[in-house]
Amino acid sequence: MSAARLPYSAVGEDPIDPAAVLARVGHDADGAAILFLGVVRDHADGRPVDGMRYDAYREMAEGVLGEIAREAAARLGTDRVAVVHRTGELAVGEVSVAIAVSSPHRAEAFDASRYVIEEIKKRLPVWKKEHYADGQAAWVEGEVPPGTARTRRAGGPRASEADAGVTT
Amino acid sequence: MSISVNALFFAAYRDLVGSGSLAVELDEGATVADLVRTLRGRGAPFDALPEEPAVAVNRTYAFLDEPLGADDEVAFIPPVAGG
Repeated sequence: MSAARLPYSAVGEDPIDPAAVLARVGHDADGAAILFLGVVRDHADGRPVDGMRYDAYREMAEGVLGEIAREAAARLGTDRVAVVHRTGELAVGEVSVAIAVSSPHRAEAFDASRYVIEEIKKRLPVWKKEHYADGQAAWVEGEVPPGTARTRRAGGPRASEADAGVTT
Repeated sequence: MSISVNALFFAAYRDLVGSGSLAVELDEGATVADLVRTLRGRGAPFDALPEEPAVAVNRTYAFLDEPLGADDEVAFIPPVAGG
C-alpha cells in the first residue's frame, strides 16, 4: 500500500475504510503515524441530527484536496500523507473524512494532520446539509475561501463599469 | 461580440437558482463582476445571489475582476463546509 503514489488524495461516494487510508502511509523510518477521522455526529447546536448530505464540486475538490495534501507533505518533510473525503448521504457515525500521516517524529505528524483538516474547512469546495430528527434540513454555515469574493485591487475601480448586457 | 460562459451553482445556490448550471451570454471583455451583475439583474431568484460571491473560474478560485473568456466555467461557491 505504501508503495502507492503519495501524497494521496481522493473525493468520492464510496464509504471510507480508515484502515486502508492509514495503510497508505508508514515507513521504516517513521516513529509516528496518525489517523484523523471526521465523523457525522448526532446533534448540531443542541438539535438532534439524523444524518448529513455532502455535496462537492468534485472536479475542483479533487484538485484542491491534492494541493492541500502536497502542502501538508511539504510541511511534514516526507510524502506520507493520505486524505479521503466522502460525498453523498451519510448516517450518524459514518466517516466523512480520513487523514493519515506518518513521519519520523510525532510533532510534524500532528502538525501536518491538523493542517489538512483546517485547510479542508477553509477552502475545499464541499458543502453539507444537516438532516434533523424533526424532518427539517439546512445547509451548514461555512467559510468564504481566501482568494475570492472581492476584487483583486481592493478599493480600485472595477475592471469594467459597463453593464454586460444580455441574456441567455 | 459576445461570449458564452457556463455558470455553475452548488449547494444553497443551486437550491436558490433551481438549477446546477446555466449558459450566460456576456459582452467580450466581461469580468466575473459583470456576470454577477447580469445574473442579479434578471430579478428573482438571481437577485438573491450575493453581490460579491466567492467564485471559481475553470476550477480555480478567482477575484471578481477576473476577465472571462468564451466557454469559461464559472462556479458560484457558497461558504464551504467540508470535513
